[in-house]
Amino acid sequence: MNLFILLKKVVYVKDNDDVASNLKKALLGVDKLKTSEIFSEIFSQHNSFELIEEVVLETLKQIGYEWENGDVSLAQVYMSGILCEKFMNEYIPKLKLDKRNSPKIGIGVLLDKHSLGKSIVSSIVSAAGYEIKDLGSGLTPKALVDLAQENKVDIILISTLMLPSAMKVREVHRMIKDENLNIKIVVGGAPFRLDDQLWKTVGADARGKTASDVIDVIERLE
Amino acid sequence: MINKEMNSLDRVMCSLNFKEPDRVPLFLLLSLYGAKEMKVSVKEYFSNWKNIVEMQIKMREKYSNDCLFTFFYAALEIEAMGGEVIFSQDGPPNSGEPIIKSNKDIEKFEIPYVKNNKHLSKVLKATKELKSKVGNEAPIIGVVMSPFSLPVMQMGFERYLNLLYFESNHFDMLMKKNEEFCIKWSNAQLEAGATAICYFNPLASPNIIDRNTYLETGYKVDKRTLSKIEGPTATHLASGIALPVIDDIISTGTEVVGFSSSDDLTLIKKAAKDRICLIGNLNGVEMVNWDKSKVEKEVKKLIKEAGDGGGLIISDNHGEIPLQVPEEVLLEISEAVSKYGKYPLEKVKDDE
Repeated sequence: MNLFILLKKVVYVKDNDDVASNLKKALLGVDKLKTSEIFSEIFSQHNSFELIEEVVLETLKQIGYEWENGDVSLAQVYMSGILCEKFMNEYIPKLKLDKRNSPKIGIGVLLDKHSLGKSIVSSIVSAAGYEIKDLGSGLTPKALVDLAQENKVDIILISTLMLPSAMKVREVHRMIKDENLNIKIVVGGAPFRLDDQLWKTVGADARGKTASDVIDVIERLE
Repeated sequence: MINKEMNSLDRVMCSLNFKEPDRVPLFLLLSLYGAKEMKVSVKEYFSNWKNIVEMQIKMREKYSNDCLFTFFYAALEIEAMGGEVIFSQDGPPNSGEPIIKSNKDIEKFEIPYVKNNKHLSKVLKATKELKSKVGNEAPIIGVVMSPFSLPVMQMGFERYLNLLYFESNHFDMLMKKNEEFCIKWSNAQLEAGATAICYFNPLASPNIIDRNTYLETGYKVDKRTLSKIEGPTATHLASGIALPVIDDIISTGTEVVGFSSSDDLTLIKKAAKDRICLIGNLNGVEMVNWDKSKVEKEVKKLIKEAGDGGGLIISDNHGEIPLQVPEEVLLEISEAVSKYGKYPLEKVKDDE
């Protein structure tokens, strides 16, 4: 559903464009209060989780594209994800909804403890209504594969900051292949942005160039 | 002042003053790469400051490098503050568990005493020894983390962003302590013989923090800190784009800015011309797979677009050459700079 059609659903009180652009403005300004008001406004006008989810996801995707173009910062992407996750989680119980648990998604950071990328992606995937299992940070390739198996993960999202961690994805790929596991690898993070071909070199099934890209990738791999 | 071969320090100073030296200066920022050259582990390499002295001199000669780089690893400052450092075989040491986990920890946090600290004194000893060996032949580049970017390692990125956006009193308190440390640490390196200080500040890039937030927070910190460092500084954004904030960075009082492979070369040269020297912007990650023709193409493009009138130092865009880059690539970069970087820049223009 595109944003235009989607926002048609909230027409009767408010100008459609305002909702999305006000949400984006509130998120980029890291304005908790305003974000809360907008969530409440959408919810009160159209008692639908689907609508909140779609508006949020499209807005986060838009923020992701703008980050890719250098128009918004990593901190804004992160804070937007955190705020959306917080408010989405407030509305899920109100609507008595369960999150989607298929495919089973796990996320981890190889070798180092830089977990910002993991948090951004987790927030966005969670805001899109998926269950996501946090497999941890500072993991060795073996620990990551073991945890993915234990948690019966279908897709592992691997967040990396440094080149050596990105290169270790190759070992994850080899272990999955050697053990004949049906687990897809999706990578993201600075090394994969700086080198467009690196995700193929290390044997990943896909790359998320921005955190919100990951949703399309998951839908493609489902 | 052209054609007569200069020593590295004169070459760099000339370019810093927006004049054309004999050729474009080359700073291969080799730190942990010394471990590879010495064929020892990264941990062993950095355990003895004499290794750094020996390898910096060897690598300068081998790669015709125009600087000596006394950078050990970013997490050294965290180590000096009592934090944990995790060494790996194939990459730079990383900081471990954050040393600041709450606002109470910020209140209790005390900066280390620079000259007595066993970790920091290794760098000071290496700097002093290098200075005694090279004198004024080549610049020695010391390194500090900016007070604004250091908390990413002190407390973790996520906790720090919450502090930055929602806890202004404790943010100010931490900045005050970090500023004091950064100034003392920078000046101690200058006193030991460093020619200039590379001020790593990735958070000043709009890739990481939006410009409005930076202007309200980090910019003020940088301006205060840089004004008290008693020598030349180079603000390095560690792969982050610099163009949207170049005027802000210039007004903090720094002399050099590290720019990204994602910055538009023509526009950044125009913005920097005769105002700030550029250092960059070869892509260190892609460099791992470069061949000779790719090296030539990248070096030529950089010199052609940004070399005119001085004000350019060729380097990688991150501030550290990854271990995975083959030495042949570094030798080819050096060769390409010698071949195409001679002023006046006729060869690089003729070849197009």
